Parts: sequence; structure tokens; C-alpha cells
Amino acid sequence: MSKSALAGVQVLEFGQLISAPYCCKLMGDLGAEVIKVELPPSGDEARRYGPFPGDVPHPEKSGLFLYLNTNKRSVTLNPEHSAGAKIFLDLVRKADILVENWPVGFMAALKLDYQRLKEINPRLILTSITPFGHAGPYSKWKAYALNISHGAGVAKGIGSPGREPLAPPGQQAHFFGALNAAAATMVALWEREISGEGQYLDISEADCWAMLFNGVWYSKYLYAHEEVTRLGHRSNLPVYPWAVLRCKDGFISATAAEEAQWQRLIELMGNPEWAQDPRFEKGVKRSQHADEVDERLESWFASQTKAEIFQACREKNVPFSPVQDIGEVVECPHLQERDYFVKIQHPKAGEVTCPGPPYKLSETPWELRRRAPLLGEHNEEIYCGLLGYPPRDVVRWGKEGIL
Amino acid sequence: MSGANSDLSKNLDSRENKMPLEGLRVIDFGWVWAGPITGQLLGDMGAEVVKVESRKRPDFLRLFPPFAEGKPDPDGALFFHSLNRNKLSVTLDLTQPKAAELVKRLVKISDVVIENFSPKALRNLGLDYPTLSQVKPDLIMASLSAGGQTGPLKDIMTYGPSLGALAGLDSLIGYPGERVLGWPMAYTDPASGTLAVFAILAALYYRKKTGKGQYIDLAQWEATTALLPEFILDYTLNGRVAGTQGNRHPHMAPHGCFRCKGQDAWVSIAIQTEEEWGDFCKALGNPPWSQGERFFSRKSRLQYREELNGKIEDWTIRRTPEEVVKLLQEAGIAAFPSYGIGDILKDPHFEARGVKVVVDHPKMEGEILYGLPWKFSRTPGGIRRRAPLLGEHNKYVFCELLGMGEDEVSRLAEEKVLY
Repeated sequence: MSKSALAGVQVLEFGQLISAPYCCKLMGDLGAEVIKVELPPSGDEARRYGPFPGDVPHPEKSGLFLYLNTNKRSVTLNPEHSAGAKIFLDLVRKADILVENWPVGFMAALKLDYQRLKEINPRLILTSITPFGHAGPYSKWKAYALNISHGAGVAKGIGSPGREPLAPPGQQAHFFGALNAAAATMVALWEREISGEGQYLDISEADCWAMLFNGVWYSKYLYAHEEVTRLGHRSNLPVYPWAVLRCKDGFISATAAEEAQWQRLIELMGNPEWAQDPRFEKGVKRSQHADEVDERLESWFASQTKAEIFQACREKNVPFSPVQDIGEVVECPHLQERDYFVKIQHPKAGEVTCPGPPYKLSETPWELRRRAPLLGEHNEEIYCGLLGYPPRDVVRWGKEGIL
Repeated sequence: MSGANSDLSKNLDSRENKMPLEGLRVIDFGWVWAGPITGQLLGDMGAEVVKVESRKRPDFLRLFPPFAEGKPDPDGALFFHSLNRNKLSVTLDLTQPKAAELVKRLVKISDVVIENFSPKALRNLGLDYPTLSQVKPDLIMASLSAGGQTGPLKDIMTYGPSLGALAGLDSLIGYPGERVLGWPMAYTDPASGTLAVFAILAALYYRKKTGKGQYIDLAQWEATTALLPEFILDYTLNGRVAGTQGNRHPHMAPHGCFRCKGQDAWVSIAIQTEEEWGDFCKALGNPPWSQGERFFSRKSRLQYREELNGKIEDWTIRRTPEEVVKLLQEAGIAAFPSYGIGDILKDPHFEARGVKVVVDHPKMEGEILYGLPWKFSRTPGGIRRRAPLLGEHNKYVFCELLGMGEDEVSRLAEEKVLY
């Protein structure tokens, strides 16, 4: 028995860009066998997203694609064609899990909706990831990650007063949706081990943000009558400092929720006289005089680098952190010692360094068994090998644009 | 209790009415958000979750406003209520050896342990994985610390935002070309908690096949950095360090948030294809500016995106977000208002999706909690129990689950072991 948590679990991915691919990557990285179905002729849209080495676009060299599709095999298939749909059903028969992220109505139009798939494979778990879910007044509305983050109340708390709210970076709504879909799918897989039956999971990315990220703020709105607001580099919590402040070579994330932490900071600063001022006495008061706090902390920070401040604060148990830029994250000794970044050798893109395990499992480690696949790289292996079709049919389907 | 699963008490023998994780028991040492949301999700899906706290050191959220009756009260903290529904509460002063022994007895009859302390905390109490796995060899234990269990920064103390700063997330947040503002809320917690549920269930699946448990070292920092691949790869491939992103997208224009008529009223609009751009222009009545060379192709629209944003805002500012959204969605364009919490709570779509669940709590009748976003067709999860009072289930857990006598439990309470 292989020491992979999900060894033997057959996953079919039919979708593109981020949410379905990241969801299935999480499973593949723990040992599931993932077959990625891409639409001919050009495949997953992420192949055109980049970043590309040297900024030269190439469908086999997109950084986003290479990261999101490790431990998968790629087949091309057009299920809009009736022969293609039959092949798709053969893939579904062999699958434990199908993850899709097409717009609502797309699967039904292909006659590949859950009711039909369940008939040929009652053990199938079908996970759909969409912006607004498959039921509800907005289910058929169009939304990209930007709209989902704004619509689910996430952006309203990011940005400066009076200026436009900001969505979190990097199409984050799709990543958060993927995490939720992956967790929910594992719950359904566990349940299937007991009941022997599959089911349908309707995961809405807006729901995930609105509940699991923003739900904790409902009580504040309903019972303390406070709405989420944008305060620029500050939070609206009744404690301070809780802000991003300037230092000599960048920014410090200065958060201190507890009074003792503030006291230790004051000691670290050499017990300046201003700290005795009643305006700075308690977190709530400091939040009411945040400009004055910023001015004093920034004038102390101004002569020091991020690294110096971080070191001094750690020694004094003050929970301030440097705002690391992306380069600093990649070069960070802590992550390097934990072997966080992995190098992938790819026949077209060469060596690619990207984030590796997001957790360390003691018995069944995260494992890079396969680099991201070339478009249709495993057509022969899957269609002739796994499904047992005659090679001449596969060649013909290729010519007819079905594969 | 109302909500999607109000009739759960009926037909409990039938599998049809069982929640998917029924039969699993989880010990939850969770603290504030990342650990508690992990336990919450497992509990929402049917696991029996026992939250371990102490009166000496209750979950920080029990001390965090707002409170049900307006004044500080560990049983009336409303943030706590939403993250700890479906859980049982026991009080144990873990610094006492007798309490640590009780934890071991509890672990012996459980499947999963969750904690998000700094790495040394449970080790110092003699309750780390090597110890607990001796008591329960097939235990699955997940530790969600800031930086993980190894490495030079393993003992680092952070809050969500300062962890997001280390992870590279904050450096991307701000208006393009301007200073870093950061994300004042803690995305690291719900992202890590959700990922932890995935890893725990994968480990349970493996345990079912092999009988083996394991330890999950989940660094919230690493879980968060894993969600920024475009930026990481642009550095490792091209040496480029991404700056503040605003609402921009590398390949889409328009892609932004535009001021509308009304107080703090905004609409987000995003366009990917040339077809969408044509439909968008048509919906606006093909104004002359939209037909010019600058906005003719995606590439050119990206180059002149600030000018384009200005033109669009000239149009949106005379309309409410709702008017803009109705017009554009009918034309097949991705548009949605920038909502606040109040907007979510009164929106018919989110209402239909079950964002609100009403629960009666002794400190607040008809309290509104957030719902569970995962919709399962056959075995839905849900809220079947309000958040526990501190120590409310000491008797159930120690007498019924561990089989201790009531006298012994009372004595341990007097000795402040159960405290």
C-alpha cells in the first residue's frame, strides 16, 4: 500500500482556471489519481494567464497553470459532441469524485447534470463550484473573482475611507472557494465510506466568503450596529496599534491586542515620556488617537529596518511583523528550512520554483509525483489504457475534434 | 431551533437523516479563530466536538465584544457564539497534572485533536502529539500554529494581519503605485481552518484504510502563501516583485470598482472577452468614447485602463449600484455591488442560500448566526446546538463519556482541576 492519504481515489476534474483546479490539486498532492479533462483545442484558460518565463506567452509555460495542476494527467475531450459525451460518461463510471466549475446550466446543457451522472454511477460525489451557487435568485448571474469578493462583503473592509473598496489580490475568491470545495468533498467521501452512496455538493464562492469569512461580523452589525468600514492602513477594532506602519525600508504590521504587549513595546522604545499621556493609556483610547500613535511609532521606526524592528520585537515578545514582499517570502530562511518551496522540472518551461506543501503530514507526506501535464499528454494512456478504446478510434476522434 | 436541519431529531436511525460526520469525536483546544473554525466545520457536519477551556484562560473570544447583554460575560460573547455552535464545553486547568490525565482519557475515546497554540504550549503541558499518540495510537492531531512546528520562526507570535504580512499577502494590498495598506482582517484564520478540515478528513480516510493515525503540522503562514502563486511565480520565473494590486487584473480591463449614486455606494465590473466588451458598450448605448482606438482591443484597454475607468465611472456615478447591476447582468456582464454586512443580511439571494440561522441561546433569544456554506444534497450539515456556556458539559463528558462518578467530578471541581 502506497503511503499516500488518498491513494486509489479517482478524481475527475472538468473545469478551468483556479477553483476546480486548486481543489483537485489538493487531492492529487495527497495521492489521489486526478484526470484533468480539457476542452480542445486550447484547453484550460489558465494556460494563457502566465506569468510566463521571460514574459513570452506559451500554453505550456503558464506559471499559474504549472502550479495549479501538479499531480494530474491531462486528456482533451469535447463533451458537446455526442461521441465525446459518451467518453465522458465512461470516465465518470471510473470516478469517485467529479469537480466542475462551469457556469450554472453548462453541465445540464451537455446532459451531464447530477441526476444523469448519478444513474450511471450512484457512488459519484459531484462537487460544483460557482460564484453564487446552483440555486437562488443570482445563480445564473455572471461574476468573476472581483465581483464575488465585492459582492460578499470582503472588499468593503479593504482600502481607504472615501475611496473604492479593494478586492483581495490574486482572484482570492476562487482560492477560498477551492479550499471549501476540497474540505466539503472530503466530508462526502468519508460519509460514502459508511453509506456507500455519493451525493451532489453545491459550493458557492460568494457563500463561502459571506459566511466563513464575514459571518463572525454579523453580530457586530446586528447587535452593536457597526458596519465594516475602510480605514486605510488601520483596522476598525477598538484596540491599537492594529495597523501597517512605515519604517526605514518598508512597512511593519504593528498589531498589539493586549495591554501587556503595549507595555513591552514602550519598554523596548526606552520608556519615552509621551507614553505616560492619558491619551495612550488603553487600547480603546489609543484607537481614538491613532494619528498620534502612528506619528510616535513611525518616528521610532524611521531609523530602523524591518529586520531590526522584527528582531527587537521578537526578543521583547511584541507581536509585530515585517510586511514581507514576495521576493522576501521566497528567500525567507524560515520557509527554506522547512523545505517549503519546491523545484519542478518541466520539459517546456524548464525549472520552476513554486510553493510546495501547505502542511506536513507525518505518515502520508505531501508529494510531488507528477509535474503539470502538457495539453492532452495522457490521451493515449487514459483512453487506450484505462478505458480500453482501440487506438484507431482514438486517432479518429482526434481528427474529428472530439479529443 | 430553526434552519435547514430543524427536523434532525426525527428518524435518527435512518442514515438519510444522519449528518456525514456523526460518530466522530473531536477534542478542540482551538483559540480565537483558526482552531475554532476547524472544530466548527467538523461540528456543523455532525462530529461531536468537545471544546477544552479553563476559567483561568477561556477562549479569548469569550472576552471579546459585542456581548449579548451589553456587558462583558464569557457566556454572552457573540463572536464566540458563532464560531462555537454545535460544540460541548468542558473546563480543565491544564496546568494541573490531574487535568492533563483527564485530557489523555478523553483523547483515548476521540478521533481527532485540534489546537492552534504556539508549538511549545502543549509540549510544556505534556500533551503534545508524541504523548497523546501513545495513549491513542491511531489519533489524528492537527496543529495550526503561525509558522509551523519547526524552523527558526516556529515560536513566533502573531495575529492574523501580522501573519498575512509575513506571508506576502499584505504587500499586495493597496492602491496601485501607492503605499501598502494591508488587510486589517485575518484571512489567514478561515483559510487555514478550512484547509485543516481537508487535511484531517484525508487523514481519517487513510486511517479507515490502514488503521494508522498521524500528525498534521499546518503552518498558517504556508497555507496562506500557497494562495498567492501568480505573484510567487512571477518572482521565481522573472525576478519581478509584485506591488500593490488594487482591483486590477493582469489580463482584464475593465476590471474595477466604480463609484455610484448613494452613500459609499460602489459597483464592481469585470470584462474578460471581446464579446463581453461589445455587449458592455451596447448596454451603455455605444457612447462615442467606447468606440475609439484606445479601447478597441483588450491589450489597448489594459494600457489605458485608468482612462477607461474614468469613463465608466462617469456613467456609474449617475446610477445606483442596483440599477447598474440590473442593466449589465441582463446584458451578460459580470457586475455586482460592493456589499457591506448589512447588504448581505437583507439580500434575497443570500437569504435563500441560508446565510442566517436563528438559534435560541440562554443569553439571547432568537440570536442570528451565520449558516454553513456547504450544500450537500443527501446528508446536509447544520446547526443543531447553540454555543455552550463555559463548562456546561463537564457532567456529560466526565460522567457519561468517561464513566466517572458524580462525587469524583464534584471533588475535581472543588480542587479546581475542572475549572
